[in-house]
Formats: sequence, structure tokens, C-alpha cells
Amino acid sequence: MKDKFKVVGINERKIDGRTLVTGSPVFAGDLDLPGMLHVALLTSPVAHARITRLDTSAAEALDGVACVLTHRNTPEMRYTTAGQGHPEPSPYDTRMFDTKVRFIGDRVAAVAADSPAIALRALGLIDAEYEDLGPVLSIDAALAPGAPVIHDEPDALDIWDAEHNIASVVSAIAGDVTAGFDESDVVVETTTETQYAQHAPLEPHVVVSSINPEGRITLVSSTQVPFHVRRIVARLLDVPIHRIRVIKPRLGGGFGVKQEVLIEDVAALMTLRTGRPVRFEFTRSQEFISSRTRHPMRVRVKLGARSDGIVHAIDMEAISNTGAYGAHALTVMSNTGSKTLPLYNKAPHVRFDGKAVYTTMPVAGAYRGYGGTQGCYPLEMAMDEIAERLHIDPVELRSRNHIRAGQTSPIFEELGEGRKGTPQIITSCELDACLQVGAERFDWVRKRAEPRGDGSIRHGVGMSVHMQGSGIPLVDMAAATVAMNDDGSFNLLVGATDLGTGSDTILAQIAAEVLGVPLTRIVVVSSDTDLTPFDTGAYASSTTYVSGWAVQRAAEEVRDRIVAVAATMLETEPEQLVLADSRVSTSDGRSVDLAAIGHRSYYGPDPAQIAATASFVPESSAPPFMAAFTEVAVDVETGRIEVLDFVAAVDCGTAVNPRLAEGQVEGAIANGIGYALTEQMEFTRLGRVKNPDLARYKIPGTMDLPPIRVFLVESYEPTGPMGAKSVAEIGINGPLPAIANAVYHAVGIRLTHPPFTSEKVWRALRAAGVGA
Amino acid sequence: MNLRFTVDGVPTTVVIAAGESLMDVLRRIGKTSVKNGCDRGDCGSCAVLVDGRAVNACLVFAGQVDGTAVGTAEGLAHDGELHPLQSAAVEGGAVQCGFCTPGMLMLAVDLLSRNPEPDEAEVRSALSGSFCRCTGYVKPIEAILAAAGTLLERRS
Repeated sequence: MKDKFKVVGINERKIDGRTLVTGSPVFAGDLDLPGMLHVALLTSPVAHARITRLDTSAAEALDGVACVLTHRNTPEMRYTTAGQGHPEPSPYDTRMFDTKVRFIGDRVAAVAADSPAIALRALGLIDAEYEDLGPVLSIDAALAPGAPVIHDEPDALDIWDAEHNIASVVSAIAGDVTAGFDESDVVVETTTETQYAQHAPLEPHVVVSSINPEGRITLVSSTQVPFHVRRIVARLLDVPIHRIRVIKPRLGGGFGVKQEVLIEDVAALMTLRTGRPVRFEFTRSQEFISSRTRHPMRVRVKLGARSDGIVHAIDMEAISNTGAYGAHALTVMSNTGSKTLPLYNKAPHVRFDGKAVYTTMPVAGAYRGYGGTQGCYPLEMAMDEIAERLHIDPVELRSRNHIRAGQTSPIFEELGEGRKGTPQIITSCELDACLQVGAERFDWVRKRAEPRGDGSIRHGVGMSVHMQGSGIPLVDMAAATVAMNDDGSFNLLVGATDLGTGSDTILAQIAAEVLGVPLTRIVVVSSDTDLTPFDTGAYASSTTYVSGWAVQRAAEEVRDRIVAVAATMLETEPEQLVLADSRVSTSDGRSVDLAAIGHRSYYGPDPAQIAATASFVPESSAPPFMAAFTEVAVDVETGRIEVLDFVAAVDCGTAVNPRLAEGQVEGAIANGIGYALTEQMEFTRLGRVKNPDLARYKIPGTMDLPPIRVFLVESYEPTGPMGAKSVAEIGINGPLPAIANAVYHAVGIRLTHPPFTSEKVWRALRAAGVGA
Repeated sequence: MNLRFTVDGVPTTVVIAAGESLMDVLRRIGKTSVKNGCDRGDCGSCAVLVDGRAVNACLVFAGQVDGTAVGTAEGLAHDGELHPLQSAAVEGGAVQCGFCTPGMLMLAVDLLSRNPEPDEAEVRSALSGSFCRCTGYVKPIEAILAAAGTLLERRS
């Protein structure tokens, strides 16, 4: 099947590569409009307080200040910043500017001025006083009897239990876990607690808003969700949707944090009030504190297995800290179960309980992996423990248990995105091949049997397996338009949002494949709400699978139109014709090239634009799969962990562009290694972030990473476009459990509180009496 | 004060304010390849060459570069032909979002000018001041090694 492809499956160059390496001004922050105002944001210095006094008169009087926004002059309606489809599954618990602040970093006021310096000076002239309501700085503090109520406002919507600081709950059950554990020969239990971590895209959030004489607002924004931005800003500002245009230009990395609508509302309102262009860019410090983070989570996993290693019962309980607002609270928590539990579908008894808790801390949101990252960690550690207890090799244990093509899991139906899910049968799963290829390339058997190391350095190897998804079934929708030009080339218009992932390129590859032309004949226009058809946006690993199908369908319709025109020109029947190599040909050697057909479609006879728009709504979410292997060296004297090697074998169906697919996994693994070893937002006793910069919040640099070796296994997903599945998220899930399991192999301790800093590991080693 | 320097080979005079960083001045005169990722020297996205050596432009006062030659990624291509480092980055899939790419390219230019035949460890070391969140550095490092080979071939 795949052998027939001419453009798909090829390592085509990224179509924006030349633009990016020449440093062209193509990012939102590169826009400089005449008369543009610059925004500075005043944020709360206290974790939980009512604003008792807010005097902005001196700031407003400062020369060069054009606009000051506070709770007094902004819309009062509640909304969610989570840029999700409609109806939104996150609670409406946020106001543009509230009378109450809920974390250090929460919005208090915003100033727009002629220059950034004036805006900053104006912030210093704002006089604010606060009545402290008492910080709530942990899951336990939030759930304690008598804890301060963080969302006491009467107008919030869809909070599960505001009085007890519970944003959302979800549960799912199949079988009877109590009986399941009774019937098990071995039962293990693990509780992990993951940390506050930030996406840290190199480009902070930035938007430039402007208004034209007709009153239409344009937002050029670093967003993953242009259409959701348009809908949410329109509602907030009471402006008709059609008066707002959102353009996503090139974007400097997102990883989920740019699925949130955090700046566009402020810039748009200031433009409406002043008539002037407005630029609002987060500082790096605001990017850490006032944007979004990964949900810290406490996850308990209890796993029962029969003596042959077959998992019989799984009980997973997750409590997430959603911070001050419930952005993605329900859905991230749901995915903690739904993106992990189906992997071990032999277990008839499965239960998932999730709860998302408010605290007065920075707000969590969507982050690559989306709950699956937090859930697979204790699950894969528990699997490692089962393997040890039953003396089964960890690879063999996974092989005996993992889901396979043709199989299902009750969890697919029981647990969706904060609601019931969608029944689903796995239509491709090459996890066996992933385990085999990964183990071979890594040299698992030898390294597992004979770990190296001498003196204080102990080596160990560990592994884990993973699944994710490809979009959200029956929720996501993507559309694409293909229109033929008079030289036989095509414009491809997609609402899909390229974050730097290369999605513009791979979608063009799919179109080129269908239309029988080289990639250079496809002109891509993407992510502009005025020009491109709807797409829910770049999240949930949706683009390749969901947007890819929309492109394939639109291209197929156009292909059929082309063939029909060619049939007229060649005086034959369409069924007799084949479109390939930029020509439509008959079997007896007559042909007409696409340029002639394109020219005819414009200038006749019978001119008519050859174009089609197609939509796609997925009925399933074909999971990509991955087997991860790593070797670590632990210094038992210092507690330092060095990752020496990382191998990931991945099944993403057809890799539309293998090099770009590898890049997705490599980058995700690097991010995951940082999450496992160094990345953590640290807080003072009062809830202030201590390390809101890239020096003290340590993301991996070149010197911190091992060789990351990614192998894409041969696979074909029958429900995917050209056999493809999505691959953006899965890689990030591997490092935490694989490294934790490798550390156990090296020194016999189970690390349950990432990041695994030297100090934490040293203490754990001392407590266990290792190496002392 | 007036700052006189050359930018990508073009003699340039700019009026600058006291305390203005080289990054801000370069962006103000349209060199938007100089990216602001942190404004405090942590990320390397604003790296440029000053008299051939890579520096973080956000950490340099504009006044300090008077009389120097400043190079940015916008000056790497000639007559529409990409520099081998740029070609290798595009060919090798080293560019994802591209925000860190111009700065990383300048670090690589600096490295290859001092060490035309670096090994992987030397490339890693040279890039250690540049954060990338997309690639895991795998393909950028491969691309720089490939470009070094191309440049050596051209010289011989």
C-alpha cells in the first residue's frame, strides 16, 4: 500500500524551512504597526485576596498612557481561557479582571502606552490594596476541612463543588476491582506525585491587534486555536464573530500552553477602546507564572496480576492541582485514565477515579501528553514491580499484556474527555514490533543482565510502553479547501495550525499525493479565520489524523473534478483515466497535463473554478504506540542521575514525513527528560514562584541530553489518512517512567516525586541505606 | 547618542538611547531574526556575531558595539543562495518552530570559524548556550556536522 506513495512517506523539506533559516519577520512579535501601543500587565502580589482599593488615576494621567483596564471597566461575564471546542468542558470560573485574585500572578490591571517603558512606569503608579483571604498552596490544603473557598463567586458555571475547592470529578468503572484484586496472585500499589512544570516555548505568548475603518478587528496571535480565540474573544467583548479575524503566523512552539486564550482579549479590548494597534507580549517571567503549567498530580495505582503476569485488575485514582482556575481540569484528568488504562486491556476489572482541585497557585492547562504523562508514570512503575515480583522480564510482561489490533478496552467507552467516551476497536497496533526493534537497538537483554558501573557509579536500564490518541472522536472537526490554479498547481487552505511541527508540510504532502503532483505544486494557506475553513486547532494530537483526512477528502473531490474535465477534453469516460505525474492519461497513451486543465478551468470553454471543501469528524482516535528504553548511571555518593541512552520505537502508522515525525518524538523525549530530572517550578511559603526564568527553571540543553534514538516501525492505520496516526505527544510520556524504572534497576529505589534532582535522589539513597 | 557599526556588511548609523540593548536596537532597525526569548541571556535566541564572535545581543549594550561588525542570520545567505549551515538545517529537518534557529545558526558560524572540523561533542558544547524546546537538538547537531563537511569540501 505504502509503496505506491510518491510524496507521502518521503522526507520532504519543510515548506517554511527557508523562511525560518533566513530569519524572516514571520512571527507575531515581528509585526510593528504605526501608532502601536504596548501592554504591561499588573499581577497580584498575594496568592488569595479581595481587591479593596484600586486607584489607576495617576497611571491614566501619565503622558503616553492610552488605556488602563481593571475589573471596573471590563466585561464581568465568566468564561474559561481553555481554548476548547464548544460546548466547553472546562468550568466558567474566570473573569477578564476580577475583584478577587487567586494566585500570585493573577491579572489585576493592564496598561497600554506609547512605549513598553511608559507602560511599565504606569504600572508603578497604580495603587492597589488587598484583603488577604489566606493562601491555599497544596492539594491537601485545598481539601482540608475549613479551607478557604477559592471560587466563592455566585456566577461561576460548571464547578463541581466550589465550596470544597473541587473543580471537577470523573469516574469510570468496568468489572469489579475488589474481586479482581482478590483473584490476583500479586498486587502492587504505587503513588506518585508530579510537580509544577512549564512548557517553556522559546517564543512567549504574543499578539498584535488592530482595527480597520470598517470596525473589523485583526488579531495576529501566537495561538494553537485561532477559531476558538475568535469565538471566545467575540463572546467576551460582545463583538460579532464576523468582526474578528484571527491569524496565526509562524509560531515559536506551543506544546499546549498556546491552546489558552491569555492575551488576545486584553489586546482586542484595548484596540476597541483606543482605535490603535496594540501589542501584548508576555515576558519570560509572565510566561512561567501567569500563563499555564502541567497539572501537578497525585496518582495512586493499584495493579493485580495473575501468576502468568496477565494484569487482572487496575485501580487508578488521580487528584490533580488545577491551580486558581479550572482550565482543562476535567479533560486532563480524564485523559490520565483514558490514555493509559486501555493499554492493558486483558484486565476485566478497571476503575478510574479523578478529582481536580483548586489551589491559589499558577493555573494548569493543556500540556503535551495531557494527563497521560502523569498517569503512565505510576502505571509503568507498577508494571515494573509486577515484573520483578513474578520474575518476568519487563519487556515480556508488556508483550503479554498490551492491547492489540482487533481488540478493545471498556475504558474507551467509559471514559472520554470529561464524559462518556466512544467505543473503539484498535485497528492498528505494532507495539510488538516496537518492543522488538527497541529492545534490539537498545541491546536490552545484555544490558539488563549485566549492568555496567564501578565505584560509586551504578548503571541500570528501564523501559516503559505508551499509547496516546489521534484527536478527539466525535468532537474535533477539521476542514480543508483545495482550489486549482491556472498553471495546474493548487492552493490548499487549512484551518489547521502549524506550531512548528511541520503540519503545513505534511498536509501539503497528503494533498500532493492525491493530486498526483510534486509538493512544490501545493501552495499552503493556513490558520487564518478570514481565509481558511474551520479546524478545531492543534491539540490532542489531532492534526495529522483529523486535518489530514479533511485534506485528503478535499483533494479527492478536486481530483474527481479534474478527471471529469479531462474526460471531456480527451473525449472519453472518467473511469478510463488516471491522474498521476501532473497529467491525466488514458490507457492508450493519450493525456492532458494539469496546466492545460487549470487554464481551461479559468478561461474556457465552459470555465468554472475547480475547487472543493471537505470536512472530517473522527469516529475513533487511533492511538500511536511507543516502547521506550533508557540506560542511566546513578552516582550513589552524590545522587546524580545521568541518562546515557534513550531509545524510542514508535508506531505512528504511515509516517507522512518520517524525518518530521522523528523530530516530534525526539523533541518530546528531550522535554520529558527535563520533566523527569530537572524541571520544577518552586514556590515560597506564600505561593510565589521562585524560579520564573530559564536559568533557574532548568530545561535541557545540548550538554544535558543523551543520544535520543528514535525508530519508526512499519505500520499502517486503516482509519487514518494514507494510513497515518498522529505522533506529537506520545514521546513525552516515556522518560519519566523509563528513567524511574532504570534507577530502580541501578540502585533499588523507587523514585515517586520528580524531578529526580541529585539532592532528592541522595536523600532517597541514604534513607534506603544504599551506598552510604 | 549615535551608534556607527556595520550590520550584515552594511554601514549603519542609529540613534540609540542610554541603556538600550543591542537586541532591542537590532530589532528596531528591522533585524527581526534576532529573537527575544528571555531578555536576560539565558536562552540564546538573540545570538549575533560581533566581530565574528557569538554573543547574546540582549546582554550587550548597543553602545558597546560602536565601530564593530555585527552579523545576524539575515546576512548568511548570498544572492539567494543559502549558507551551507542554513541548507543543512532545512535538508536535515533541524528546523521545527524556527524561533531559536537564527541564534543557533550564529553559534554554529562562530564555531566553524574557529574549528572547521568539530566532532559531535564540540558541536554540543558550542550550542550549549542555545535552548531549543522542539527538536531535542538531535537534528540541529547532525545538520551542523553535515554543513561542516560541505564547507570543508568547498575549501579543498
